[in-house]
Amino acid sequence: MLNLKNNFNDYEDEKTLRVSEEEEKFYLASQWQLIWWKFKKHKLAVIGGIILLILYFLAIFCDFLSPYGLTTRFEDHRNSPPTRIHFVDENRQLHRPFIYKANKKLDISTFQYIIEEDRSQKYFISFFVRGEPYKLLGIIQTDIHLFGTGENPIFLFGTDALGRDLFTRCLYGSRISLSIGLIGVFLSFFLGLIIGGISGYYGGNIDNFIQRVIDFLISIPSIPLWMALSAALPRDWPVVKTYFAITLILSLVGWCGLARVVRGKLLVLREEEFTLAARLAGASELRIIIRHLLPSFTSHLIVSITLSIPNMILGETALSFLGLGMRPPAVSWGVLLQDAQKLESIAVYPWRLIPALFVVLTVLAFNFLGDGLRDAADPYSR
Amino acid sequence: MFIPLLLILSIVSFVIIQLPPGDMLTTHIMTLRMSGAQVSQDEIVRLTQLYGLDKPLYVQYLKWVGNLLRGNLGYSFLWGRTVNEILSERLPLTVFISILTTIFVWMIAIPIGIYSALHQYSTFDYIFTFIGFIGLSVPGFLLALVAMWLLYKNFNINMTGLFSPEFAIAPWSAGKVIDMLKHVWFPLIIIGMSGTAGLIRTMRANLLDELRKQYVISARAKGLPERIVIFKYPVRMAINPLISTIGWMLAGIVSGEALVSIVLNIQTVGPVLLQATLNQDMYLAGSITMILSSLTIIGTLISDILLAWLDPRIRFGKVGE
Repeated sequence: MLNLKNNFNDYEDEKTLRVSEEEEKFYLASQWQLIWWKFKKHKLAVIGGIILLILYFLAIFCDFLSPYGLTTRFEDHRNSPPTRIHFVDENRQLHRPFIYKANKKLDISTFQYIIEEDRSQKYFISFFVRGEPYKLLGIIQTDIHLFGTGENPIFLFGTDALGRDLFTRCLYGSRISLSIGLIGVFLSFFLGLIIGGISGYYGGNIDNFIQRVIDFLISIPSIPLWMALSAALPRDWPVVKTYFAITLILSLVGWCGLARVVRGKLLVLREEEFTLAARLAGASELRIIIRHLLPSFTSHLIVSITLSIPNMILGETALSFLGLGMRPPAVSWGVLLQDAQKLESIAVYPWRLIPALFVVLTVLAFNFLGDGLRDAADPYSR
Repeated sequence: MFIPLLLILSIVSFVIIQLPPGDMLTTHIMTLRMSGAQVSQDEIVRLTQLYGLDKPLYVQYLKWVGNLLRGNLGYSFLWGRTVNEILSERLPLTVFISILTTIFVWMIAIPIGIYSALHQYSTFDYIFTFIGFIGLSVPGFLLALVAMWLLYKNFNINMTGLFSPEFAIAPWSAGKVIDMLKHVWFPLIIIGMSGTAGLIRTMRANLLDELRKQYVISARAKGLPERIVIFKYPVRMAINPLISTIGWMLAGIVSGEALVSIVLNIQTVGPVLLQATLNQDMYLAGSITMILSSLTIIGTLISDILLAWLDPRIRFGKVGE
């Protein structure tokens, strides 16, 4: 800035050179601030980010937000459809939200149970009610749930064949579904970074070999490979062990894309002068990679990571959906969707498809977020 | 390049087959005993020798590859038949649907991509971009579930299966082929959705890049008709890099096909693979993985040859070297 001023002082008066406060802020902003400003302009990406924050919030506090426990069964309410919430009663009077008592009746013509509302009995939805005890965040012992309706249970998303509340199960399921994406990506990030780093930094035969391996892994159809690999998992493994095995299987293919990004960037950056300077100054190779090369493309990495999380989530959902991933009693969205495999079952109980909405919403949100981040992180975009 | 890939693939498949704890023969004999069948010692010895299970691992592998090369894929304990028999029923349909989907994807995506690039930021461009986002985000099997349910609920049509009930077990005939064509469009659209979405986006971006180049301006300046300006050079240039991605796309289509077939109950290898994996019938599962992967690799090879044939620059590059 100073230099510029001195050079031009002879030709132009001070006024035209004095930048406005806003412009000055722009020139002085760090790379991250620039990215953040550009990101804020991308409406869809911001919405995607907010949706994701809400979803992860739901996952963390699912035991508080859900009215019942994960395995609580309502024997009289098997396969009941979502409860309708009313605001206006039969006398056209406005109330705070309430539900009617639900009675099950057998329809003689179709031989299916239908739910009839008993208009005489109203149950108001109350907030911060006492219910089943649980440990909030695994520490605080409490029994307060966000909402509840007393004796007559409320099922926002209906119930499954065993009479368990689908809303509760969806929230609990998001824990596995949402976290497997993060952990899986963390694993493949680690692999991709190291392997891609080696490939890009050393080049030559090592690079050639690693690239061929990646070519190979990318050209194998992933679903059959995942299926065959997860078939090898013993059925009697505990939930946690299966969880990590599935994550491992998913990241086995997932690292390829990241390794490509890392390698491509490193190939360019290692020819730059600042790398040469660092080498001449006697920095070790590890230090050059971590201190000098990595920070130059962190933003690209974040974008690739954001865009590869949804693939992980979809992979887990697909595997669990087929019965090859997580298995009951563990719940994830894929496990919940197992009930919706056959047309016969969704034709009668369409609310069993609701977990699919969560999956689609999450994936869309991640894609929008990643897209916005990509535009924001690209210094040459408008 | 091709042979080493297949070699690695065979090793991976063999590892998959060997992964479950305990060998499958013991498991098989256990199930047979539990169901009350008598398994004689001779039979065990015969089976053990057939698969070389008494030999070290690398001998087993060589034996397996040897059998593979002679076209013997092994024996499915679950089905009680050879893997060859099972696959010869299912594989043609899988290949047929995969190829048809690939053609479908290209036929839909390229014109739309060209349109979107030529009419950037028009209403239809936005509509296609939106559909593309949905197609990229919603996996085929969920799409299949929801579409199936919507069709059933609103029109009372059952889209599962590839044939009407009266043709399901009938031998092939003209009537059966027509019946299949009536059903096949639904899985085609579902499986092709994500591939189409991806291809539209890349085609649009590639063509936009090409249109900004100077040779387009000089072509226009020379007074070439707009049609030729666009279709003779930029479109060709934009399509070429796409051809080299057929390999990845094929992998995606085969993956999607397996999943969608399971949901829609189509008699391809997908449902067999699921059954095999659920029951740890590893010879079948490993063979299917092996075959599906080799098919995609062959597809990639064909696409490379296609690219060299279509793009003269690549041929000259090779000769120059």
